[in-house]
Amino acid sequence: MDINLNFIYGHLPYWLFIILMLSGLFIVVSRGNLIKKIVGLNIFQTSVFMFYISIGKMKGGTAPILLDKSADNSAVIYSNPLPHVLILTAIVVGIATTALGLALIIKIREEYDTVEEDDIQKMDQKDLKKYNKKNVLETNS
Amino acid sequence: MASEIKQGTLELVNHLPILQVITPMLIAPILVVLNNKTLSWLLSFLGALACLFISILLIQAVSDGSILTYYLGGWVPPIGIEYRIDAANAILLFLISIISTIVLIFSYSSLHAEIPEEKHTLFYSCFLLCLTGLLGVVATADIFNVFVFLEISSLSTYVLVAQGAYLDRRALSASFNYLIMGTIGATFFVIGIGYIYMATGSLNMMDIAERVNQLSDNRTIQAGFAFIVVGMGLKLAMVPLHVWLPNAYTFAPTVVTCFLAATATKVALYVLIRFVFSVFNYEDSFVNELFFLLLMPLAVIAMIAASVIAIFKQNLKKLLAYSSLAQIGYMLLGLSLMNQKGLASSLVHMVNHGFTKAALFMSLGAFMLKTKNVYIKSLRGLGKSMPFTSAAFVIGGLSLIGVPGTAGFISKWLLLEAALETGYWLVAILIIASSLFAVIYIWKIIEVLYFSESSEAYNEVSVLTLMPIWILALFCIFLGINTSLTVDVANMATEILFK
Repeated sequence: MDINLNFIYGHLPYWLFIILMLSGLFIVVSRGNLIKKIVGLNIFQTSVFMFYISIGKMKGGTAPILLDKSADNSAVIYSNPLPHVLILTAIVVGIATTALGLALIIKIREEYDTVEEDDIQKMDQKDLKKYNKKNVLETNS
Repeated sequence: MASEIKQGTLELVNHLPILQVITPMLIAPILVVLNNKTLSWLLSFLGALACLFISILLIQAVSDGSILTYYLGGWVPPIGIEYRIDAANAILLFLISIISTIVLIFSYSSLHAEIPEEKHTLFYSCFLLCLTGLLGVVATADIFNVFVFLEISSLSTYVLVAQGAYLDRRALSASFNYLIMGTIGATFFVIGIGYIYMATGSLNMMDIAERVNQLSDNRTIQAGFAFIVVGMGLKLAMVPLHVWLPNAYTFAPTVVTCFLAATATKVALYVLIRFVFSVFNYEDSFVNELFFLLLMPLAVIAMIAASVIAIFKQNLKKLLAYSSLAQIGYMLLGLSLMNQKGLASSLVHMVNHGFTKAALFMSLGAFMLKTKNVYIKSLRGLGKSMPFTSAAFVIGGLSLIGVPGTAGFISKWLLLEAALETGYWLVAILIIASSLFAVIYIWKIIEVLYFSESSEAYNEVSVLTLMPIWILALFCIFLGINTSLTVDVANMATEILFK
């Protein structure tokens, strides 16, 4: 099997997308710190934004702006603007997710005084034993 | 067959598809501005009622096999976004609307026990946004729009699940895990959409379906399909990807659990069905083989394993959550049989299980109002002191098992028939085995309810709390006797999907 450098170089944005995507996913899965998980999730989502923008690119294309309305624009090569628009929406979704995740982390820290997943699980186990397998809400009310 | 709808006319019926989706969306911000607890309940109830009314009108309009389309802003697809209502999504719109209406009746008398009163306005606002998202996912025919609505519903769902933290702080980490898993699922879904767009250059489902036909050997399309199946698998809690579900259902407030268990996973499954039949070609070998080799074994594992785990759970909310996983297995199995009967059984089971599980979770919520916890020991002797709630729970339980005369029987029978017709004897036997496990865990609860002495006496819950529970319980029986609403519409839907 011959390694085709052209193949690798020609698809450079896609390789970067794959590397970013996998590293983001790896951080989400492997880290126990909740904030690091959110950071990983962000990297994962950003890789998709990059992927979308790179599929809109045309070789030698300009920005998709209509400069002269009266002239015939059919000969102008421009990048496909639709993926950009789509990804604007996805960026908004990503920001909302990050904000909500961070808000949840603040609440978790208020309740547990830690942002480490393992510690939280240990504390939950302790709660279960302490209240003799009963729901925590019973003791609160 | 499809009737032509004139775009741009002001006749109300032409605007029903969009009204269905934006009614709750428009009410949600009004609630925040008014900031009044009772008024916000009333407005969201009226909004849900309006949704229910619209969905009934829609189901009437499409029950003869016609298709309603709506072009947003008058832009003709594939440039503009299209909403497209046929029998398959009309039945889900109806399910979502009616469950939300019933759940809101229940929340009026029970929400104050779980969430502090100053948060009620925001809670209802979030609830309506979640409703908007779910309705939007079902109504739209634009694949990127599906993603946007899916995230609207998911983001509000994470918030709603986290509201359980007032009673049990574990709701926070349950919600956080759901957020991580849900976002990974949604991002996989978006990658899949990107691949489809790369290969076809279109986002409209009908438009893609035409172009995909010539591209069935295309690797990009196949990879896109794989990403979409994994993404939706996360959202619908397909078995190895289900870990968020039990905790999210257990620690969320009862109102939220009822609503989610009855609608959210079904909507994700609907998206998968829609993509398999309306976007991709179900006859293509990569679609068929993936379902036969991967999804069918996973569905069977879900059916058996989740039912067995449910038997050993002491926390009843968790028990019902695991039983939900098993029921999702049934629906996935119906879909993966890839024939008309299987798909029809899957659609019917979505509706029937929606009502059944909502009835079970809601009566459990009524028990919880009195006993203050959801462990099996605390239900001792409640059959005598809370007879009406217990009876509704038993009806729901029977429907979950699939006893003749209840809704669960109809869909399980259809599924069994579909499996036998295809020649999968082993699968048919496993369906029955899974139902037997359901008998064990439901009997375990009934035994505690009726055949053990109670240490404390509780009063029956108020009529206002009982009413929604009994509406759901009666639906469980009604759908088991009168199948015209579910089976006929589902058959119509499969004909359209298999076209």
